[in-house]
Amino acid sequence: MKVLVPIKRVIDANIKVRVKADQSGVELNNVKMAMNPFCEIAVEEAIRLREAGTVDEVIAVAVGTGQSQETLRTALAMGADRAILVETDLAPEPLAVAKLLKALVDKEAPGLVILGKQAIDGDNNQTGQMLAGLLGWSIGSFVSRLQIEGETVRVTREVDGGLENIELASPAIITVDLRLNEPRYASLPNIMKAKKKPLDTVTATELGVDVAPRLEVLKVVEPPARAAGVRVSSAAELVEKLRNEAKVI
Amino acid sequence: MSILVIGEHDNTSLRAATLNTVTAATALGAEIDLLIAGSNCQGAADEAATVDGITRVLISDDPSLADGLAENLAPLLQQIAGDYTHVLAPATTFGKNLLPRAAALLDVQQISDISLIEAPDTFVRPIYAGNALETVRSTDSLKLITVRTSAFDPAGQSGAAPIEAVSGGHDAGLSKFVGEELTRSERPELTTADIIVSGGRGMQSSENFQMLEKLADKLGAAVGASRAAVDAGYVPNDYQVGQTGKVVAPTVYIAVGISGAIQHLAGMKDSKVIVAINKDEEAPIFQVADYGWVADLFEAIPQFEAALDSPAS
Ligand SMILES: Cc1cc2nc3c(=O)[nH]c(=O)nc-3n(C[C@H](O)[C@H](O)[C@H](O)COP(=O)(O)OP(=O)(O)OC[C@H]3O[C@@H](n4cnc5c(N)ncnc54)[C@H](O)[C@@H]3O)c2cc1C
Ligand SMILES: Nc1ncnc2c1ncn2[C@@H]1O[C@H](COP(=O)(O)O)[C@@H](O)[C@H]1O
Repeated sequence: MKVLVPIKRVIDANIKVRVKADQSGVELNNVKMAMNPFCEIAVEEAIRLREAGTVDEVIAVAVGTGQSQETLRTALAMGADRAILVETDLAPEPLAVAKLLKALVDKEAPGLVILGKQAIDGDNNQTGQMLAGLLGWSIGSFVSRLQIEGETVRVTREVDGGLENIELASPAIITVDLRLNEPRYASLPNIMKAKKKPLDTVTATELGVDVAPRLEVLKVVEPPARAAGVRVSSAAELVEKLRNEAKVI
Repeated sequence: MSILVIGEHDNTSLRAATLNTVTAATALGAEIDLLIAGSNCQGAADEAATVDGITRVLISDDPSLADGLAENLAPLLQQIAGDYTHVLAPATTFGKNLLPRAAALLDVQQISDISLIEAPDTFVRPIYAGNALETVRSTDSLKLITVRTSAFDPAGQSGAAPIEAVSGGHDAGLSKFVGEELTRSERPELTTADIIVSGGRGMQSSENFQMLEKLADKLGAAVGASRAAVDAGYVPNDYQVGQTGKVVAPTVYIAVGISGAIQHLAGMKDSKVIVAINKDEEAPIFQVADYGWVADLFEAIPQFEAALDSPAS
């Protein structure tokens, strides 16, 4: 069985983003980029499935500009077998990404697609669910445990009230949550090996998908800052302030 | 214009997030239908009928809809969405799982996690862990939206709307609910609590979290946590507050032994009053705290609790 792992290149999670002065977006120039952390967890899970013998081939896919090749090389260095870049000029919205991924699924016929639950740039949390809808496949979203037994996929999902266990028919879409695994670091020899692994490029046009945006971004601004607070030095002072100044307890 | 709100419920009663979603819908200024899709869900529909601001409740009752499985619910939404200009769901794990699937079936680009409605086609939503606010205009004729519940007050429940049945709902045969392990607690729910006491890695163990629980009980508060505390197994996953956990905006948020990483701030920085207790005076949490107390939490928490017993002056 093949597994497809869509990965996104985003601003590194440790960087504090800056909004552009002209309110058109956030500053991406000269900013450290990295693989979306949830996508790292997705890649790790796919590799573990291959190491366990459940999966034969792990294919990493990125939709974006040529710069996403770097992110795909990281996935290859972690252990993915090959990579596909779907090249686009603009950053497509989740629906367009899902349509592009569907076109690749139709071509590659994987038994499983593992995505991140959320890309930490747009915080959309949509793509995997949309892909499942377009394909008419089952979905396990926000997954913290994944077990494959023959044609049945058993997952534990992190939901608002706790955990939920469901069974999915194959083929299935999985979106991963933080506690599914701890992604490995790529070793130096594996980074070298990754340079020789196959990385193909296709365009959205070749896949026959319209990626025109449906949402128009009118502006991007910084949220209002909180007013500076005060320091307290004892429990009595804290309780006094909460009672008499803030009047909240 | 007409609006469909997808009610979140457990078949017998309505979940609170539905009330905030109805308030967001009200801001659009049109008739609102509230959908209760479930199995043996008359109880939830009866409660839905009391929600202020709605025109009617639609009930779709079928065994396949019992457990909120998106594979079975999304086709139902696809079938009825054509009667509406807007479909809203709460940005809870239920809404986030369901709505994008329906959006794909309807060929709509969903708008996630809105915190403000500027016009019927224009919405504000936080991006980059709340470090930026994006205003977007949707060009889709039908709009599918998930609502950040902490950004809208809950609707009242003094109404009596009619309940109408809609058919639809069948088992797609793709997925099966097996069971759930829900966290049971006598305390208020995190997302609706007025006061939250949250612990981080500084708590060091699940035993130590009992200290926070005692404090929470004295304050009538819910207990939350940082990702680090959840990852370390001190508390269950549903305690996590943050960019990828729950977003809360209580009257008082008390962060104990939490450093204040941007991903954590994303989930709580809209709280009315923030208290931080941390032994590191450089901890970033102090930058958003109204009241910061540099102290060892193991000394501070018992003192805080004791001080609450002293009579108000
Ligand atoms: C993709 C992604 C998503 C994430 N999502 C979330 C999320 O939703 N929510 C979230 O919280 N995090 C999230 N994180 C993690 C986040 O980046 C931080 O790692 C996490 O919030 C740190 O938790 P913490 O503050 O408890 O731990 P630490 O950063 O280790 O801080 C512990 C604090 O406790 C203090 N302390 C220790 N001992 C004591 C004591 N005795 N008395 C007083 N103070 C003490 C220390 O001074 C320190 O400030 C995410 C990260 C990524 C990459
Ligand atoms: N441009 C992209 N290229 C590849 N995968 C993507 C892209 N955008 C989103 N994804 C996948 O979809 C997941 C959820 O993203 P989102 O719906 O944008 O929050 C990500 O973690 C990726 O696995």
